Amino acid sequence: MQAESLYSIFLNAAIVNNFVLALFLGICPFLGVSAKKETAWNMGLATMFVMLVSSAAAYGINWLLTELELEFLRLICYIAVIASAVQLVEMFVKRFSPALFRSLGIFLPLITTNCAILGLALFQTAKEYSFVQSLVYALGAGVGFMLALMLMAGLREKLELARVPDVSQGAAMSLMLAGLLSLAFMGFAGLGGSVG
Amino acid sequence: MANLPNTTENLSLDTFVRGLWRENPVFVMLLGMCPVLAVTNTTMNALAMGLATTFVLVCSSVLVSLLRNWIPKQVRIASYIVIIATFVTIVDYGIQAISLELYAALGAFIQLIVANCVILGRAEAYASKQRLHTTLINSLGMGAGFTIALLSLGTVREVLGNGTLLGIPLFGENFQPWVVMILPPGGFFVLGTWLLLFNWLRLRKERKALQHAGVPANAG
Repeated sequence: MQAESLYSIFLNAAIVNNFVLALFLGICPFLGVSAKKETAWNMGLATMFVMLVSSAAAYGINWLLTELELEFLRLICYIAVIASAVQLVEMFVKRFSPALFRSLGIFLPLITTNCAILGLALFQTAKEYSFVQSLVYALGAGVGFMLALMLMAGLREKLELARVPDVSQGAAMSLMLAGLLSLAFMGFAGLGGSVG
Repeated sequence: MANLPNTTENLSLDTFVRGLWRENPVFVMLLGMCPVLAVTNTTMNALAMGLATTFVLVCSSVLVSLLRNWIPKQVRIASYIVIIATFVTIVDYGIQAISLELYAALGAFIQLIVANCVILGRAEAYASKQRLHTTLINSLGMGAGFTIALLSLGTVREVLGNGTLLGIPLFGENFQPWVVMILPPGGFFVLGTWLLLFNWLRLRKERKALQHAGVPANAG
C-alpha cells in the first residue's frame, strides 16, 4: 500500500471511487441540500473541512489505540471526534455567517451522521495509509463529494423549469438523476490504477 | 425533563404498524439511504443488513428510553451516539464471529450503522420522550419497515442483475443478466422506481378520495 502514489490516491477518492456516486456514502446531504448551487457549494466546503480535520484526528487516534491495544474502542472514538469537529464548524458558521447558518439548517449538525466522513476514517484505517496519504485521501473525498453535490445541484436547478409528470416529482426524480450521474461516473473505472 | 408535558403515547397496534408503511423510514421519510443503496445487491446482504440495523435500533432505543430522565439535555446527541456506537461495535464483532464471508460482503457498512440517521432520529424523536414498552414496539416496527425496504430493493436487484434469488438460479441458462442492476447505478434506479410506484399509488388514492367526496380537484 505504501507504493500507491499520492496522485492516484487523490484521483481514486475523487473520481474513480467517488464517495457519493460509487460508494453510496453521504446520500442524505446529497439529496437534501442539492436543490440550490450556492447552498450545495457551502455544504461541500463545510463537509470538506470536517473531513480533513477528522481524517487527521482519526490517524492520531488509530495510532494511540493500536499502541494501547484498545482497537475495539475505535468506532466510538472516531464518531466522538467527528461530532466535535462538526460542533466546531457549526459554531464557526453561526458566528461568521448567520445567513449561511439558516440556509444549511438541520443539515449542518447532521454532518455528524454523514457516513462519508465516518467512512473516510474507517477506509483510511483499513488501507493503512500514512499521515500524508490520509490527508490526500480526505481531500480527494471532499473534492469528490463537492463535485457530486454541485453536478446534482446544477441539474436540479435546470429541472425546476422543466415539466415533469406529477408522479415523478421530488425524491423519485432526484434518485433517477443520481442513477444517471452514477452511470456516467462508472466510465472512470480503472482510471486511478488500483481499485478499492 | 421532569416538567415536560405528558406526551407519552399509549400502546396500540399503530405504534408498531406505522413503521411498516405510513412512516416507513426509507420510502416515506427517506432516511438511512446509504446502506439501502450500498448493500442491497443481493437478497442475503439486504436481509443481514436489515437485521443488524434492527438489532442496533431496538437496543439503543430501549437504552435511551430507560436513561431518558438521566441524560442532560445539552449533551443528549453525543450520549445517543455513544450508546449507538457501543451496540454497533457489538454487532460488528458478532457478525465477524458468525460469518466471515458475510462480514466481507457488507464491508464497512456494518460500522457505518453508527451514522444511520434512522437510529439517531428514533432516539431523538421518539425514545427520548416515551416509555419503555411503547419504545420497544415502535422501534421493532421501524426496524421491520427498514428491513422490508432493504429486501424489496435487494430482491429486485438480485433477480434482475444476477438472475438468482438467494443464490438459486431462477431463469434458464439463456438469461442475460442486467449487470447494471448490481452495480451502483442500479441501486439508484431501483429505489427511484419504487418511489415512483408509491407516488403513483398515493396520487391515485388522493384523486379517488376527492372524486368520492365530490370536491373539485385542487392543486397538489
